[in-house]
Amino acid sequence: MDLKGKKVTLHDMSLRDGMHAKRHQISIEQMIAVATGLDEAGIPLIEVTHGDGLGGASLNYGFPAHTDEEYLNAVVPKMKNAKVSALLLPGIGTVDHLKMARDCGVHTIRVATHCTEADVSEQHIGMAAKMQLDTVGFLMMAHMVSAEKILEQAKLMESYGANCIYCTDSAGFMLPDEVTQKISLLRAELNPATELGFHGHHNMGMAIANSLAAVDAGANRIDGSVAGLGAGAGNTPLEVFVAVLDRMQAIHGVDLYKIMDVAEDLVVPLMDHPIRVDRDALTLGYAGVYSSFLLFAQRAEAKYGIQARDILVELGRRGTVGGQEDMIEDLALTMAKEKGLI
Amino acid sequence: MSKKLKAVIIGPGNIGTDLLMKIMRSDWVELVWMVGIDPDSAGLKRAAELGIKISTSGVDGMLDKVIEDDIRIAFDATSAYVHAENSRKLNEFGVIMIDLTPAAIGPYCIPPVNLKQHAEKLEMNVNMVTCGGQATIPMVAAVSQVQEVEYGEIIATVSSRSVGPGTRQNIDEFTRTTSGAVEKVGGAKKGKAIIVINPAEPPLMMRDTIHCLTKETPDQAKITESVHNMVKEVQKYVPGYKLVNGPVFDGNKVSIFMEVKGLGDFLPDYAGNLDIMTAAALRTAEMFAEETYNQTIKLPARA
Repeated sequence: MDLKGKKVTLHDMSLRDGMHAKRHQISIEQMIAVATGLDEAGIPLIEVTHGDGLGGASLNYGFPAHTDEEYLNAVVPKMKNAKVSALLLPGIGTVDHLKMARDCGVHTIRVATHCTEADVSEQHIGMAAKMQLDTVGFLMMAHMVSAEKILEQAKLMESYGANCIYCTDSAGFMLPDEVTQKISLLRAELNPATELGFHGHHNMGMAIANSLAAVDAGANRIDGSVAGLGAGAGNTPLEVFVAVLDRMQAIHGVDLYKIMDVAEDLVVPLMDHPIRVDRDALTLGYAGVYSSFLLFAQRAEAKYGIQARDILVELGRRGTVGGQEDMIEDLALTMAKEKGLI
Repeated sequence: MSKKLKAVIIGPGNIGTDLLMKIMRSDWVELVWMVGIDPDSAGLKRAAELGIKISTSGVDGMLDKVIEDDIRIAFDATSAYVHAENSRKLNEFGVIMIDLTPAAIGPYCIPPVNLKQHAEKLEMNVNMVTCGGQATIPMVAAVSQVQEVEYGEIIATVSSRSVGPGTRQNIDEFTRTTSGAVEKVGGAKKGKAIIVINPAEPPLMMRDTIHCLTKETPDQAKITESVHNMVKEVQKYVPGYKLVNGPVFDGNKVSIFMEVKGLGDFLPDYAGNLDIMTAAALRTAEMFAEETYNQTIKLPARA
């Protein structure tokens, strides 16, 4: 693989996807410290939102320590070079949240839908594009459908005004060949001016390999998170990816030692549990289940005595999609009843 | 005098057609007109085959027949954009408007919670909220009828096949309308609504989760009883309304997990979200008819 001279824009997820792993309890001080460190290390784009995006504050997904507005107002003014992005899932957040984020000074809005439901994003993508924000269409759980289906949905988002399309491996299920196939088709068929991105999870240990495959196939934006702080076994660990890109002589603009230090000195100490491929996270990848289900399944195991692994496999079998966290307790209750545990 | 009130359906799409099939079985409502704007509409053809009068020029195509045919009830299953005009035109002739669009000009109506009040006041326009609202607000109300609910949150998960283009283009309307009605009708101080669309095949049955945070420690026995009673009330018009799990108590949090199986009239049974809308709309019309028959209310006078 030859990535020499290729330009890659790295997008940090630790303060958004990492919110899942922190049960949305990252403090304002921690947000500022990590974001400032990333800015100094040269990371150009940093996502700051509730794990489930703007408006995600809920009993279903977890109430955060602070509102999206508080986090954004704390972080945005501290950035010297880095820009801040916010995620929005139609059905959870609304255009009102989007306008709030714009008023807080975000540069990028990423509108996320399940990979077959892009047509719920028209009003949000349209609004973000109209406000002249960097507007990204983010197709989640992209492993569940064919490359052709992803292309069809990507074209919808492109037609609504997205200037960048993501192929998102929310379950950490994909292997590099699948990434190559999907990104290559998008690159061949979408408007050449439309940027492409890849968002990986490390549940099968493939996040770095998948991200490289994505760049090789034509993606120029890669999501990762410093120290891997993200849902499931975490996202593509950015400091590792930076080192790999360095070796491959790709252009990324990030200071390797500085980002290593942010990972080691700031992010690892704030983790509630080691972010690693444990048996439950591995099951997410293996069964193709949305990564943020991890802690919910583990809590259901503690409460109802049904193994998290069994719950996750059943959720995969039922074709659950992102956002269906409420299904986990419901299913655990049903399984516990069937086993005579309650 | 027949006890049945005569009705018109505006909008012969999925919802309108499902409603048509339900009304054909009603003891209280007689469908006389079905109107649309598309001459090729399958819904209008079906109506014509059943002997229903049809018009392809919308409401305007039947306005001069309202008095002659003694139309008393209109169901609007079109869109929020045209609802206000439809309602104005028909209200002028004293027709009660049941709004299945997100327009929500009139008060929200969740039959087992507040329909009787609307009927007694002879509200001339009632709004059926959203599918998620019909499926969940009775449960929020079941809790708030026992004790104060500080916060009510509902999550509606529906099959991709059951979500039409109108809802998709304006999904924010679903979240706003539903959360508003969780407060106004459900009785929660603050409401939140989330909708998740799932494309699994075969399509999943509509499922709904309701979480309430009570102000004081929840009275488990009373809330459980209230929830079971409310489930029975909804089952009167949606037999497939099923309590799957709960109520589960965790501190001040009360969680209820529901599944809604439709009758499978026109829409398949997994589309419980659409079925509960049409069933609730018909239930609403029937209540107006019952109250009229019992002489609790008097319909607007006609020469």
